Amino acid sequence: MNLLINYEAVTSMVLFAIGFTMLVFSRNIMKKILGLNIVDTGVYLFLASMGYIEGKLTPIVPATGEVNALDYINPIPQGLVLTGIVVSVSFSALMLALTVRLYKKYRTLNLDKIYEMCRKEDEQK
Amino acid sequence: MKNKKFSSLLKEWYEGNLSFDERMDSDIHKKETAETEEKEIRLVKDVEKAEKELTSKGYKFFSVIFCVILALILILTVNFMPLFADDSTPTANEVYEHYVGEGRDQTGAVNTVAGMILDYRAFDTLGESFVLFTATCAVLLLLEQSKKQKVKEKESFTFSNDPIVCTIVKIITPIIIVFGVYVLFNGHISPGGGFSGGSVLGAGFILFAMAYGEDNAAKIITPKIIRVITICSLSFYCLAKSYSFFTGNEFNGIHSIITPGTPGDIVSGGLILPLNIAVGLVVCCTMYSFYMVFKRGRLD
Amino acid sequence: MEDIITVFRLLLLISLVVCAIATALSKRVMTALIIFTSYSIVMSVVWLLLRSPDLAITEAAVGAGVNGVLFFITLRKLHLIDKDYADDEEGKIDEGVNVNEE
Repeated sequence: MNLLINYEAVTSMVLFAIGFTMLVFSRNIMKKILGLNIVDTGVYLFLASMGYIEGKLTPIVPATGEVNALDYINPIPQGLVLTGIVVSVSFSALMLALTVRLYKKYRTLNLDKIYEMCRKEDEQK
Repeated sequence: MKNKKFSSLLKEWYEGNLSFDERMDSDIHKKETAETEEKEIRLVKDVEKAEKELTSKGYKFFSVIFCVILALILILTVNFMPLFADDSTPTANEVYEHYVGEGRDQTGAVNTVAGMILDYRAFDTLGESFVLFTATCAVLLLLEQSKKQKVKEKESFTFSNDPIVCTIVKIITPIIIVFGVYVLFNGHISPGGGFSGGSVLGAGFILFAMAYGEDNAAKIITPKIIRVITICSLSFYCLAKSYSFFTGNEFNGIHSIITPGTPGDIVSGGLILPLNIAVGLVVCCTMYSFYMVFKRGRLD
Repeated sequence: MEDIITVFRLLLLISLVVCAIATALSKRVMTALIIFTSYSIVMSVVWLLLRSPDLAITEAAVGAGVNGVLFFITLRKLHLIDKDYADDEEGKIDEGVNVNEE
């Protein structure tokens, strides 16, 4: 059974499910954004756990001498996740800015109510 | 008349029939809509009632069940994944062996991650920093207020009167900034690099602005400085990397003047140190301007 | 020694899941936000255990620092720190507060 060894993968799947449920079923916009952040970290955890190999070192090689590649863990997932974390901040900032604008117009954070008001506005036109 | 379809409006405009004094009969239109509005309001109320009954009983229960089922399906797939921390995973292939084994001699960076994201995959990082720049522009567009609009008393708030925040931040800010600079400059010989050091620096400047007040911070870090630093870093990145893309081709007979240097020194690794600094400055400016725009509605 | 590290790893992962569930179920957004910052801190320790110190530094600075500050300022700007309810079932949105007007 791989399930009893892949703790990290199982955790990332559970995190993905929780975050996705928040993203879809929560009515508050702020909680939707938090859910998207949780989905993000779940995916990052899955990626980084794929690169880890037991008993090997961080990919920082000695300055001199021979380098044996098999002594170090895989650096590629780390590079991917490193760029992803910084981008996740920028998109959550963008979404928060949109949220501020929505709140200033409709005075509520409940997405159902905002949708209802939008529909009314459209029909009044 | 707004109910007309866009295509028909376009056609009328093309034929020159569309006139702008159609507002004359808007009163009739209003009377028509008033009746339908009442009906709609009743409808909406009914729908809201029904929704409330649903939400009080089944909504949360249903969402929890959805979450559990999704998690179970995803966990089933884990069963067919390669083992965790195993030697024979398909991700540990020849690409990784090349990056780790020959990366130090080819790029001059001891930290393989920095060598990878700033040398082998530098184009990806360029796109990344442009994403940050675009996000800053979008947030500024959405939230910027002009200087003439006074911020209302209810909206303005400050942390600089708070004794706890002030005292702690005044002690801790210089340490954070020095640590950020250290991480930024040692990106190629120790853990860290542009993204990590830049975000630490940005957090340090945010704390600085919190404790000493945004007005004082804006006098030191003016919007002009932020603009100049961001654009200079991005264009430096573009130019430096296009030079090395151009000379990286062995067949056109141009030899690059950039050498890897001796690995392990501070000034080594060719372009990796300046590129680290450029990326770090972009990230730092992005974080700081996010804070300022969210807090005050403008950069200065 | 390896057993201790395995137990520590498991504890961290379980606390990650617990933090995520608490974020999803909390009624007030402010509470959810504070739990989410603690989630980020736990995440940065997990990165250290996975031998990726670059990610640990970035996550600690970004997830717990900048992200939390941005969310907090947004909430404070909308005057929702004391009165928001997550799903807005009994939520009272204060009509008297004048936030808009451009």
